[in-house]
Amino acid sequence: MRPIAVLLAKHAARILLITLAGGFLALALTRLAPNVDEREFDVRLSDESRAAIRQSHEAERNVFHFYWAWLRGLAHGDLGVSQTLNRPVTELLSERLPVTGRLLGWGLLTGWALGLGLALPLAFLRGGIFDMGASTIAALFLCLPAAVLGLLFVLLRAPAALALGLLVFPKIFRYARTLLQQSANLPHVLTARAKGLGSVRVLLWHYLPPAAGQWLALLAVSIPVALSAAVPIEVVCDLPGIGQLAWKAALARDLYLLVCLTGIVTLTTVVAKSLSDVLGEGLRSVA
Amino acid sequence: MTHIQNVLRNFSIGILATVFLASLFAGTLAPASYAKQFREDPDSPPSRQHWLGTDDLGRDRFSRVLYGTRISLLMAPAAALLAAALAGLLGGAAGYLGGWTERGLMAAADLVLSLPWLFLLLAVRALLPLNVPPLQSVTITFLILGCLGWAAGARVVCAGAKSLRNSDFALQARAQGCSEARLLLRHLAPNLRPLLLAQFWISVPVFILAEANLGVLGLGVSEPLPSWGSLLRELEGLTAISGKPWVFVPLLLLIISVTAFQALLMDQEMPS
Repeated sequence: MRPIAVLLAKHAARILLITLAGGFLALALTRLAPNVDEREFDVRLSDESRAAIRQSHEAERNVFHFYWAWLRGLAHGDLGVSQTLNRPVTELLSERLPVTGRLLGWGLLTGWALGLGLALPLAFLRGGIFDMGASTIAALFLCLPAAVLGLLFVLLRAPAALALGLLVFPKIFRYARTLLQQSANLPHVLTARAKGLGSVRVLLWHYLPPAAGQWLALLAVSIPVALSAAVPIEVVCDLPGIGQLAWKAALARDLYLLVCLTGIVTLTTVVAKSLSDVLGEGLRSVA
Repeated sequence: MTHIQNVLRNFSIGILATVFLASLFAGTLAPASYAKQFREDPDSPPSRQHWLGTDDLGRDRFSRVLYGTRISLLMAPAAALLAAALAGLLGGAAGYLGGWTERGLMAAADLVLSLPWLFLLLAVRALLPLNVPPLQSVTITFLILGCLGWAAGARVVCAGAKSLRNSDFALQARAQGCSEARLLLRHLAPNLRPLLLAQFWISVPVFILAEANLGVLGLGVSEPLPSWGSLLRELEGLTAISGKPWVFVPLLLLIISVTAFQALLMDQEMPS
């Protein structure tokens, strides 16, 4: 029991540290980037008002103070107010997270269904035209920029989740194909086949379980891949999700929003990776 | 290597060489400058004078494709070189020195890898000035790609350097009184070269696609300088896919080139 507790504690500490560092990185980059407040150019303002605007930014420029204040707010459930949209960040997130969640959910489901749908038959049909055809399709989608595929889907009036699925699918397919090929050469699989076990039984009982850890790792890897592709897809397809919000926040240098979104994205990625590690470790210890 | 793989490899090299050479001699092959406007002929279909027609501003699309290809195909390897150099330096230092240096550098790599690549790229690019001269925008775009693309490579190099540090030949070299600098430069660095070379080749298509994404979103190379990314922005204005098929030529060229790179890399592909 103790090693599992230690493992969980280690992963929790890692998640916390990386998420905090991710948020701080976003904040530091935003504050250190060359930036001029457009309000300073307003001719109606007096010199004192301009000095006050500059003074307010000087206070924000101390990234440590700003981050500490933001973290204190976070502890009380206050994520700040978006400077450009003039709305509480929590409100914006509650509106947009479900949109991205749905997009990611359907995109990942489509990507995995397509990837596995093409890779699984290859466990039994190695080489040949099917392998070449499936690999060519995967290679084609691997060579398409996410934003361009999004644009093409807008032109075709096709659902954005399908575009995301098509961007995730080549990576799933390629790794799944490699994993299955590795499993096919294992002695116990060869023995099972030699004993005349059915294809489905060999697949479910002998191919997949030994590589469960790797499948989990692939699942964890597919989440940042989908998140990464979701940003341009949401921008070009005009989907009001957090990808589009991140894009707007970055362009407008909206401090609170950017720190929050970076934290969320980092947290999602690190939690997915840690979960796959912990589950993989658990499966190995059970085996 | 099977016969088909051999043919595919040679075919890919041939395609890349042709595209690269055509873009290198853009000054000779292009009928006009990439910025020259034919104001009486905006948005025209392909003709004898303009092989791929003209864009909304009346610029010859074929010339822009040639010059854009030159920028993308020259700058992506340059950015990949920078990323590989950073990966070699940081990953090598982490693996060779070990201890806190390794922990610190690998934590930094973890942090970079925890942020989805495009999200990180968009955020960093958007934070830098957008209204910059075209040449500066090229430099900024590809410098960002190079500076942010080191993390995955650094982890691989770190693992390589770590195993080399404890290898028999390194131990023997140390026992014979070889200085640390000599050991590093003459014995370890040459053994890390294949890893760095693989990282370089893996990065090139990734950076080409990343620049294309940035370009479509308006954060890439700025006008009037063309790149594959900025040329693909034209697709935004399309209302029907069959309306102007010649607008898709840059996309086709990008797909062909990246596919050729992928085909060359296929043999080296390893699961993570």
